[in-house]
Amino acid sequence: MIDLFKDLVNWASGPTVLFTIATLGLLAAFRFTQVWSKTSAKVFFVVLAVFYTASMWDPDFFLIVAKPDNIPITGVIFLVFFFTWYAMHQGIQNDRRSAGEQEVLEKQESEKVWVWPDLVYTEMLAMVILSIVLLVWSILLAAPLEQPANPADSPNPSKAPWYFLGLQEMLVYFDPWLAGVVFPTLIIVGLMAIPYIDTNPKGNGYFTFKERKAEIVIFLFGFLILWCLLVVSGTFLRGPNWNFFGPYEYWDVHRVEPLLNVNVSDFFWVKLLGRPLPTGGFFAALMREWLGILMVGAYLFVLPVVMSWPRDRFPTGLKWLSCHHYFEKMGATRYYVGVSLFLMMMSLPIKMYLRWAFNLKYIVAFPEIFFNI
Amino acid sequence: MLNRILAPLSAAWKEATDSQVWTSIFRHGKPVSNRNRALVMMSNVFLHLHPVKSRKAGIKLRYTWCMGGITFFLFLVLTFTGLLLMFYYRPTVEYAYADIVDLQEHVPLGIMRELHRWGAHAMVITVWLHMLRVFMTGSYKPPREFNWGIGVVLLVLTLLLSFTGYLLPWDQLAIWAIAVGSNMARATPLLGTEGPLSASLTLGDISLINAGNDARFALLGARSVGQPTLLRFYVLHCVGLPLAAAFLMAVHFWRVRKDGGISGPM
Ligand code: HEM
Repeated sequence: MIDLFKDLVNWASGPTVLFTIATLGLLAAFRFTQVWSKTSAKVFFVVLAVFYTASMWDPDFFLIVAKPDNIPITGVIFLVFFFTWYAMHQGIQNDRRSAGEQEVLEKQESEKVWVWPDLVYTEMLAMVILSIVLLVWSILLAAPLEQPANPADSPNPSKAPWYFLGLQEMLVYFDPWLAGVVFPTLIIVGLMAIPYIDTNPKGNGYFTFKERKAEIVIFLFGFLILWCLLVVSGTFLRGPNWNFFGPYEYWDVHRVEPLLNVNVSDFFWVKLLGRPLPTGGFFAALMREWLGILMVGAYLFVLPVVMSWPRDRFPTGLKWLSCHHYFEKMGATRYYVGVSLFLMMMSLPIKMYLRWAFNLKYIVAFPEIFFNI
Repeated sequence: MLNRILAPLSAAWKEATDSQVWTSIFRHGKPVSNRNRALVMMSNVFLHLHPVKSRKAGIKLRYTWCMGGITFFLFLVLTFTGLLLMFYYRPTVEYAYADIVDLQEHVPLGIMRELHRWGAHAMVITVWLHMLRVFMTGSYKPPREFNWGIGVVLLVLTLLLSFTGYLLPWDQLAIWAIAVGSNMARATPLLGTEGPLSASLTLGDISLINAGNDARFALLGARSVGQPTLLRFYVLHCVGLPLAAAFLMAVHFWRVRKDGGISGPM
């Protein structure tokens, strides 16, 4: 019985299943907003806590989770869940208020109060509590120190610090120039651009979900799934050679996973036309990659234009693609910057599913100049 | 009975707060009247970061989660404990590791390293949560767009501070984490040896970008993680990045005030 449960959890933690479940779960929670209630939060936290505590008896789980430097990840899991729930919960309560012709809570409490004592005491209390937490944590748990540095002996797995493991996880799907350089830059630029792209005047200064659905769904998908989930799975579920291991699995260094990855060019030339890949020189390389180049170009440069068309230009079934109202509301510049950033963000899940479905390695591959997408 | 203990205590307290020393430090009386509540906020350099009065909803824990404040407090804790660590730590390949061992084994009440390390982990988490709260309350919307941008830079600085500090113990965990992290720089377009298009930067037959001058070399100060890297990261970690962060925090807090205080519905 227990073994069956463990097998099930190991299976469900696999990259494909976990990512899909988490994404669908999040989308469902946005659709059925009653789940952000106090009762479901309590149930959820009890289940999570019981699962966590009970799992400590499994030696493989314990080994990974109790590593001193992995403690923050447990913190991330519980804190991020809690505060996401808290923000959504308050937002939905405010939405109910405004639906019932009431003012949002933050508006009701608009009167001015003295900062001493109302705020200063809260801050002092926060400092005292935090100091105690830090002291206890520091007394109970020694900071890790491994063997002295030895440049000749690289550990397996070699992992970046935990907060960068989302980026390291991206390396599975993209080359370092994208995962390590371009995407981090885009994350920073994209975050900074948010206030200038988002022209929705509503929801400024109070929690709400209804008035800012699109913004919140996109941001939380990025933050919770593409960032936090990848950090957590990168820490707990990636073992030697960056292979996937379930939470109850032993990190076997010798496990080999076959890599059968193929490029778009292989699909087109070899599988479809039954010919060898074109070789020799620059133009042959362009010939070889034309389909991939077309795909990337269409995704980045044609799709945003198409998405700006009004709904009636789309065939039935594709009407959801139309972002015409955003184009109208935001104006051309904001719209194109915003949609481009959004499409770049979505390229990660898209590439993930292409990999899982077709073993696709590169859409465009110019290994000669390290330009692979 | 209780009175017999408390009475002299409160007399002593009164004596102390009426003394010339006390009144020279705290210019105002006890913050029990509204006038003194205003004075206490204005005459204290630390408290005057705050306004005297504030909208009730904005200072509720429910709204800010105090996350920005907690992040700032952790930054102060890290500055203080980091200073103490600097008394013992020498950033050389020869001594670094031994100094860390010493810190843990020979320094009395030696939990400074623990406080510093766990505090740093905590700060990374609280800065994420602060960003989450600011986003979820729409507080980046006008007039606070610029302060959100400052915040993003602070987020990056927090991660870089953590990253540079990770190398300093000079153990296996440290150098390999930094090696993995900095390997990415090799792939910088145009500027890394294995980056797209870098090979096209040539002067006649000589290629301009090589392992001795590319982006990764600039980060590490060497072709692989070594003594120059340790020194570089040490200087950035103890001087450069904290200064930049402190400077931007000053701007950040100033702008919170100037943008109209903690956000609230119009
Ligand atoms: C070292 C990092 C940071 C520190 C010490 C810090 C500190 C603070 C503090 C003390 C406040 C006052 C209100 C509160 O506590 O929530 C605040 C507000 C604010 N922070 Fe930060 N912050 C940091 C990083 C960030 C980041 C990463 C962002 C966003 C990307 C950000 C954006 C803002 C904005 C827009 C406000 C105004 C919020 C409002 O008026 O409701 N900050 N910050």
